Amino acid sequence: MKKALSLLLVGAMTLSLAACGGNGDSASTDSAAEESTTTEETEAADSEGGEAFKIGGIGPITGGTAIYGTAVQNGIQIAVDEINAAGGINGYQIDYNFQDDEGDSEKAINAYNTLKDWGMQVLVGAVTSAPCIAVAEETRNDNMFQITPSGTAVECVQYPNALRMCFSDPTQGTESAKYIGENGMATKVAVIYDSSDVYSTGIYEAFAAEAANQPFEVVSVEAFTADSKTDFSVQVQKSKEAGADLLFMPFYYTEASLVLAECDKQGYEPTFFGCDGMDGILGVENFDVALAEGLTFLAPFVAKSEDEMVQNFVTKYEEAYGETPNQFAADAYDSVYVVKAAIEAAGATPDMSVSDLCDAMMGAMSSVTYDGVTGKSITWTDGEPNKAPLVVQVSGGEYTEL
Amino acid sequence: MKTKTRSLSKTTRSNLITYGMVVAAYIIVEIFLRAGMVSSLLEGLLVPLCMYVILAVSLNLTVGISGELSLGHAGFMCVGAFTSAFFSRCMETAIPVSGIRFFLAILIGTVCAALFGILIGIPVLRLKGDYLAIVTLAFGEIIKNVVNVVYLGRDSRGFHVSTKDSISLGLEQGGDVIIKGPQGITGTPNDSTFLIGVILILVTLFIVMNLINSRTGRAVMAIRDNRIAAESVGINVTKYKLLAFSVSAALAGTAGVLYAHNLSTLQAQPKNFGYNMSITILVFVVLGGIGNIRGSVIAAVVLTLLPELLRSLNDYRMLIYAVILIATMIFTSSPGGQEIQERIKLFFKHRKTKEA
Repeated sequence: MKKALSLLLVGAMTLSLAACGGNGDSASTDSAAEESTTTEETEAADSEGGEAFKIGGIGPITGGTAIYGTAVQNGIQIAVDEINAAGGINGYQIDYNFQDDEGDSEKAINAYNTLKDWGMQVLVGAVTSAPCIAVAEETRNDNMFQITPSGTAVECVQYPNALRMCFSDPTQGTESAKYIGENGMATKVAVIYDSSDVYSTGIYEAFAAEAANQPFEVVSVEAFTADSKTDFSVQVQKSKEAGADLLFMPFYYTEASLVLAECDKQGYEPTFFGCDGMDGILGVENFDVALAEGLTFLAPFVAKSEDEMVQNFVTKYEEAYGETPNQFAADAYDSVYVVKAAIEAAGATPDMSVSDLCDAMMGAMSSVTYDGVTGKSITWTDGEPNKAPLVVQVSGGEYTEL
Repeated sequence: MKTKTRSLSKTTRSNLITYGMVVAAYIIVEIFLRAGMVSSLLEGLLVPLCMYVILAVSLNLTVGISGELSLGHAGFMCVGAFTSAFFSRCMETAIPVSGIRFFLAILIGTVCAALFGILIGIPVLRLKGDYLAIVTLAFGEIIKNVVNVVYLGRDSRGFHVSTKDSISLGLEQGGDVIIKGPQGITGTPNDSTFLIGVILILVTLFIVMNLINSRTGRAVMAIRDNRIAAESVGINVTKYKLLAFSVSAALAGTAGVLYAHNLSTLQAQPKNFGYNMSITILVFVVLGGIGNIRGSVIAAVVLTLLPELLRSLNDYRMLIYAVILIATMIFTSSPGGQEIQERIKLFFKHRKTKEA
């Protein structure tokens, strides 16, 4: 027993020593860091005379929001592999390194600093809103080009060096309210939202503001939090009592599947309307797909789309990771191509300083019009993408574009 | 000269070593910083390191000296963080000098956390052992959840508070929502610096170590060791327990101020102000040795740096961190581990005697 214990100890110590040693090297000098990054992501070739664009990614790959971070990590990887295989950007290859932030602002700063030590020139991240806001403060100080695939909060792109690929929370809320109003989908609307979630609250607030201008009435607003997202009987009951004929659900599909099941149990059949977080509801385990029939939501991306680029991306993703990509992966994939477009438009080279590169790319962004998997002819104003959301409806157990 | 060294008591010498260690660490890091030899990762970690050290030392006061297992330490940190961040956000234009503003923010954060410490301590300290641990855990969570429902905005008519959403604040055009419920406070000025962090560590150490070696500290420890005996010699149990608890809470609030002014976003999530954080701090204290202040400082620094230094291991990072934690715990506190320690000590002694 004692021997086993001491062996374990020795093992742990050696490992930690090895790890510390490895990191010490990479921190000491930039050139050494290039060789000692043992991360699997950085397999990209630095064949072209050793010069490469260094793109960093930050997102949660452990913890409660790990599915989003992993999707982004994979989405970036596919885009980077594609670009490198096709000859890189302006003839230069891409080096890619993704760091974990555990969905936490403090850890996100550590991840950012790690990437800076590695020599990052362009940041694709962070994935979730709060870490993204924290990192944005740092990128502004360093004047580094930042594009967040999925940071939806308004403050994520408050500085001129940052862009986003997804819709902002207010855009989604406003667009949803407009769509419901313009198509006369309802007269009385009930809302259930997650008050502990930035994303959900942001959409709800914009929805409520826009609802005042629309020909329907919000009759019931019920909130839940991350701690109470398993039982929705009260919220559904209240919506039913208020006589709402449309239920607006600005949150993610896991909770939505529970709400739908609860509505079915209580015999309540309103029209269901969601946001882009609904993408993926048909894949929830033990969920009766028939319940989602008629669910309408706004989304930037539909994996079933017949668009050639989307199909190419979806096939590659499925081959590599064995699952259908969600909107996070798609936004991440597009983000890398936007970086490519900006660098090409600016005619930039990897030997430029981070700040010069950012200025050049931001200067060029005004002329960039981008076609990707999450939208066509996208342009940017003040960091916000101008793209129209797709309206998706579930019918016959499939997502169909309306 | 000889009499002077003799007049330094054992505890004073030990305290001086602890101060010296912190000052030396500061000087070394500062030299490396000036020489530009510190990686950005480490540079970014300096303020969090100071914060964790303060948290560990302050919790050691409750757990080690007062002997009460508190799991709500992160709650006090949360109070300090939010009150000070709120103050800084409001006063950003009124007090443009960051030094004065931050000094006031530290005072406000600390005082508010102390008030909460007293408020919570009065009912909680009637309990003992496991019961106390559970109740402090609950209070920590309550603080976090209350912060999560508060919406506070400011416009020309003054402050508006709501617990529903930011729309119901009914702000005028140009009004500013300062606390946005679960979205917390954004745009706090980044006033925390390494120097301020180190000064705060020294202040914390000064307060805690002097408290321990004072009449009050001896009373607190007497209560810890035997409550009935302490009571029988006329020590006011409630008073001294409450004192230790609220000083500990106040210092946690100071750490919260550092935290809030290091990042531009502040949100009360389970990760940073929930029981996860309380337990992380408890781990620092237990690993550093309960009641051992210098141990807490070292454990906090090592355990904060460790997961970051393991970043190169990618997916195995948290796994290795956990394994190291378990191994260290066994090594330092199990009978088997202590035996190994003894053997290592003997081995070095032998070598020394041989060399001599």
